[in-house]
Amino acid sequence: MTTQHVTRPPATPAGAPPRGGAAAPRRRRRLRTRPNLLAGALATLWLVVVAVPLYYMVASSLRERSEYLTAHPLSPPMSPTLENYQTVIEGGFLRYLVNNVVVTAATVGLVVALAVPAAYAIARSESRLVQRGFTLLLAGLAIPAQATIIPVYLMITRMNLYDSLTAIVLPTAAFALPVATLVLANSLRDVPKELYEAQAIDGAGSFRVLRHLVLPLARPAIVTISIFTALTAWNGFIFPLVLTQSEETRVLTLGLWNFQGQFGTNFPALLAAVTLSALPIFVLYLIGRRFLLSGLTAGFGK
Amino acid sequence: MSHTAHHRPSAWYALPAFGFFGLFAVLPMILVVYLSFTEWRGLELPALTGTDNWSRLFGDPEAHASLWRTLLFTVLAWAAQTPIALLIGVWAAGRQRNRAVLSSLFFLPLLLSTAAIALLWQALLDPNFGVTQAAGGPLADLLFLGDPAIALYTVVFVLTWQYVPFHTLLYQAAARTIPASLYDAATIDGAGRFKQFWHITLPQLRYTVVTSSVLILVGTMTMFETVLILTGGGPGTATRILPLYMYETGFAGFEMGYASTMAVLLVLFGTALSLAVIRVTRFRKMSSQQEGL
Repeated sequence: MTTQHVTRPPATPAGAPPRGGAAAPRRRRRLRTRPNLLAGALATLWLVVVAVPLYYMVASSLRERSEYLTAHPLSPPMSPTLENYQTVIEGGFLRYLVNNVVVTAATVGLVVALAVPAAYAIARSESRLVQRGFTLLLAGLAIPAQATIIPVYLMITRMNLYDSLTAIVLPTAAFALPVATLVLANSLRDVPKELYEAQAIDGAGSFRVLRHLVLPLARPAIVTISIFTALTAWNGFIFPLVLTQSEETRVLTLGLWNFQGQFGTNFPALLAAVTLSALPIFVLYLIGRRFLLSGLTAGFGK
Repeated sequence: MSHTAHHRPSAWYALPAFGFFGLFAVLPMILVVYLSFTEWRGLELPALTGTDNWSRLFGDPEAHASLWRTLLFTVLAWAAQTPIALLIGVWAAGRQRNRAVLSSLFFLPLLLSTAAIALLWQALLDPNFGVTQAAGGPLADLLFLGDPAIALYTVVFVLTWQYVPFHTLLYQAAARTIPASLYDAATIDGAGRFKQFWHITLPQLRYTVVTSSVLILVGTMTMFETVLILTGGGPGTATRILPLYMYETGFAGFEMGYASTMAVLLVLFGTALSLAVIRVTRFRKMSSQQEGL
């Protein structure tokens, strides 16, 4: 269900005929060539709404500060400069970046390590305990993280983890776990029974099945949930906000917010920080758009 | 001994995940209910105070005002995001080259974090140097974030900008699974584009409408990051929605017990709202099945 962007068989979309597809019957081509002007106009309008702010973000980040104050905000930068990026990097950006990478990697590692065996058990075990646990996990999809910040704060302070990166990782991973497990369990349920049975006849124990059958077969789903979890952790704001306070443990999102106070009205520097914070994900988008999008909608794509 | 029992994984494979989730997600959900009956100032241990927090909540005019704002905010966010995401998603489901290129641009806001988007819009809407200022005309006179009468709508717009791409993706994926034969039949029957959209596309997308609506409603009802960064709840209390009031009560006023009461209220409202959506749409599903779709 989450690999739909990758493996979706071609189907004619709603109100959107493929114009003269080679295999399309002539009848359809004749009947449906009128372009959808209204939808096209709306889409173009939305394009402006999306593109102008993003252009502004990049253009302003490349302006000299004096130019920012005088030039029209949508004019191209007159003498593009990277000095704002330098300001941001000298302002502690790299530390926040490293913290973010650590938190993201640890969260992904923890979620994959917990979700893969759990999904295997959910797909293959007949234990009622497992199925009940899965139901509970799915009910957990409805728990909003914001509503739990006070008890999570209580628990983290009691565990003496306040103001550490571990404090961010634990609840972030817990809230990514239901979607991750759901996506993985669905992909493992699609595996033909015969494959498991063949392994059993060969005398493989469940751990060997996990290593030699489940892991290779679940690889696309593992990629999807890793991306989903990584994005959640990378962009997370709530848990870092209430569970950390010092500069040593500051992650990117909080760092950006902090820059707002630090730079005051130095918007070019602030926008350079915003641009830099999105750069890693933008690169990921260029490399593997399909994978990124599948990770974004993990578990919710119908 | 049969190998069926032998090669099936034991329940132990699932227990670490369940235990971990129970500890950091389910237990907090239970604890927040408990905490709503206590007084806790962040240090020491929570002390039970019975229903004090709850009676205080019912008598707190600021809580009432922020709850009302939250409901308005949530409904507005849903009403703004759903039609745009639905229309663009259906449009983007087309296989034409220009649609593919445009939709890859549409998804770009997805790459930015909530914090990044809030800061970007703060710069864009800045009353001195922002884009709206430079645009001139009536736009230049509006204080999008500084006027209590419009700040809430501005936040709704920013949320729409942020979340439409995600919901567009859901609709796009679902619209691509609608069988082409339905449209062919309708075309032969002489149904126009609008009729086709209304009688084929929309009923076929009903599950996606439910999923997307529930995500928007519950998500908007509990989120406060955008408001915190964009307006801090101001000007005055114009954008102080309940989750933000909860955060401020808990982490600025250190009245953790009272803040927990608000958290419980939010969860109750969120759940009720999503159940209501599912109820209403189930009714629709039955009627459209009778039409033989």
